[in-house]
Amino acid sequence: MRHLLSTADLSHADAVNLLDTAEQMAATQQREIKKLPTLRGRTVVNLFFEDSTRTRISFEAAAKRLSADVINFSAKGSSVSKGESLKDTAETLQAMGADAVVIRHPASGAPHRLAAMGWTRGAVLNAGDGTHEHPTQALLDAFTMRRHLAGGTGDLTGLRVAVVGDVLHSRVARSNVHLLHTLGASVVLVAPPTLVPLGTQAWPCEVSYDLDAVLPQLDAVMMLRVQGERMNASFFPSEREYSRRYGLDARRLGLLPDHAIVMHPGPMNRGLEISADAADSARAVVLDQVANGVSVRMAALYLLLAGEGNDS
Amino acid sequence: MSTFLLRGVRLPDGTAADLVLADGVVAEITGAGRASTSGAAVVDADGLVALPGLVDLHTHLREPGREDAETVESGTRAAAAGGFTAVHAMANTSPVADTAGVVEQVYRLGQQAGWCDVRPVGAVTVGLQGSRLAELGAMATSTARVRVFSDDGHCVSDPVLMRRALEYVKAFDGVVAQHAQDPRLTEGAQMNEGEVSAVLGLTGWPAVAEEAVIARDVLLAAHVGSRVHVCHVSTAGSVEIVRLAKQRGLPVTAEATPHHLLLTEEEVRSYDPVYKVNPPLRTAADVQALREAVADGTVDVIATDHAPHPTEAKDCEWAAAAMGMTGLETALAVVQQTLVDTGMLDWAGVASRMSSAPARIGRLDDPALGGFAHGRGLVVGAPAHVTLHDPAAPWTVDPAAQQTSGRNTPFRGHRLPGRVVATFLRGRPTVLDGRPLPLDAAPGVST
Repeated sequence: MRHLLSTADLSHADAVNLLDTAEQMAATQQREIKKLPTLRGRTVVNLFFEDSTRTRISFEAAAKRLSADVINFSAKGSSVSKGESLKDTAETLQAMGADAVVIRHPASGAPHRLAAMGWTRGAVLNAGDGTHEHPTQALLDAFTMRRHLAGGTGDLTGLRVAVVGDVLHSRVARSNVHLLHTLGASVVLVAPPTLVPLGTQAWPCEVSYDLDAVLPQLDAVMMLRVQGERMNASFFPSEREYSRRYGLDARRLGLLPDHAIVMHPGPMNRGLEISADAADSARAVVLDQVANGVSVRMAALYLLLAGEGNDS
Repeated sequence: MSTFLLRGVRLPDGTAADLVLADGVVAEITGAGRASTSGAAVVDADGLVALPGLVDLHTHLREPGREDAETVESGTRAAAAGGFTAVHAMANTSPVADTAGVVEQVYRLGQQAGWCDVRPVGAVTVGLQGSRLAELGAMATSTARVRVFSDDGHCVSDPVLMRRALEYVKAFDGVVAQHAQDPRLTEGAQMNEGEVSAVLGLTGWPAVAEEAVIARDVLLAAHVGSRVHVCHVSTAGSVEIVRLAKQRGLPVTAEATPHHLLLTEEEVRSYDPVYKVNPPLRTAADVQALREAVADGTVDVIATDHAPHPTEAKDCEWAAAAMGMTGLETALAVVQQTLVDTGMLDWAGVASRMSSAPARIGRLDDPALGGFAHGRGLVVGAPAHVTLHDPAAPWTVDPAAQQTSGRNTPFRGHRLPGRVVATFLRGRPTVLDGRPLPLDAAPGVST
């Protein structure tokens, strides 16, 4: 694995290896001394063209626990409005000796350009690009499901997972569909038709417009953040109607099988896609997701930066 | 002026012939090897296809305003290298070509450069803003003699404004060339909407945004009795609408670009902005429908939509990149590959789609234009605009080796089957042995 750009690029073996490695990383985090010497002397740059404190500090914690040097480079706004191009920024970081670039960018495909154009020689980790993908989010989701529903080993064969909400604008949904399919789970997307991209018939998943009908068969339900402003572009009539039809509330919580878990990539819009009852219920594993994020990102950095050394 | 004897050419109808170009006109057409060589510069054209000088109905020359992307000189040099003897320069310059002054400037720059005739396209609306008509009559009666009007890059989306424009240009036999794109349906659009855009997370440009405008415009044109031309049709649905309109006898013409005849949206999976263009690359089914439409005449014209950009406009992430591709120097070879070599179109068809039809739509075929008329074919007495094309000379596209200032060819690294060997404008070679010949250069062949 040279870069981590898309979960569509991950084979079944790659994906399971990432999860197994994350499990090993998680084990080290139970020790009194959490820091590992593995990436000592290596430099990881967090290149964030979009605000995302959660994702950035998760990557930062992961890199630091592997003893890497971390440089945070925040370049908010598009390359054009900032005046410096992505190319120049990347080449500057290359000149400073970045071994890995963790990039968050509002433009879909920006990490692919970074990896393909030779603007940096380091490994490129996609930390969310536009409405395209967010691979480490999907990995931490899969890791969380594996721990809660599959005994913490192997893949997710036989599980049924719903991804509910604004699929159209969601990089989390795209990464999850690919990865969950690779790991053997069946996926159903649930959203108003306006928020399902045209062309999803080619995706390895089902699509439903009826959340109540889907809930009783699920092992996990993943609620996506919905921005209230979407109603201004007529994606749905009002926040109240969205919440009534697609929000996870106490009644819908009761439709889930007893073992099923409730997930959310955060930050949550309480009262819109998820009610306080659902968010704070015992089935909600939202904070586990956050904690697992560090383990999964440690695994990704380890496999990208130290993995090559292991081969030789 | 020198006399040229083009020895052993293959005419568009397939017959072998000698062509004699003298005094700016086609002076003689004889059987191969029969024309007299005395006093003439002889070009050994055995095996080369002779086409009437190509006419591009859709070229962005960028001057005035974006000379960093292209100038009239570099753009027309590229046109000559691609076998063109006339190009229609689109109006989206800075300032916009919406006054007689700007179109006359562009026309004059073309004459000075001398590579090919430049026919400026006038903007339909002031500043391409889509709110009120530009002074179309002033542009029509200027020395630039504008006949084609377009807000290309923008759609004349207001139906009332479009109706008025269609009506108004009848007074001087003009035509409105519509960039068919519903603006509301394509806000923020980055690529064709469908399976690929869903995976890539790029905002979709739905086919219906093009088709709905074309349907409206052919009905409007019929209603007011005006002709309308549709720029760069890109979808199977657009083809169906144009075909139906023509079956009803409506006065519509349409063009397709070489890149829409060869490339599909699959290219976008690389996120390489060299494939970012408007309208976007579509599906393989659309490509096939376009090829069939060109072959059966539903699409009248191949037009390049040559759109050079400076390197930095493409050397970035997809969303930040400019839309457009260069195309003048690859057009004929791509047409050969997609239509001639596939058996869908013969060279006479190529001459129609790339010379006589665009010239007729732009009213360049008027004999009153004398030597500045185009698209009149390879007939004795017609202006000596001739393109010699070698259909058996494969080459690999290298943007750095092209005449255009733009490096944004989507065919970089493609192997194309044929190349332009020579271009004659009013009997003077602008390109010989595949190389451009500046105005002041002596003809580079021995007699």
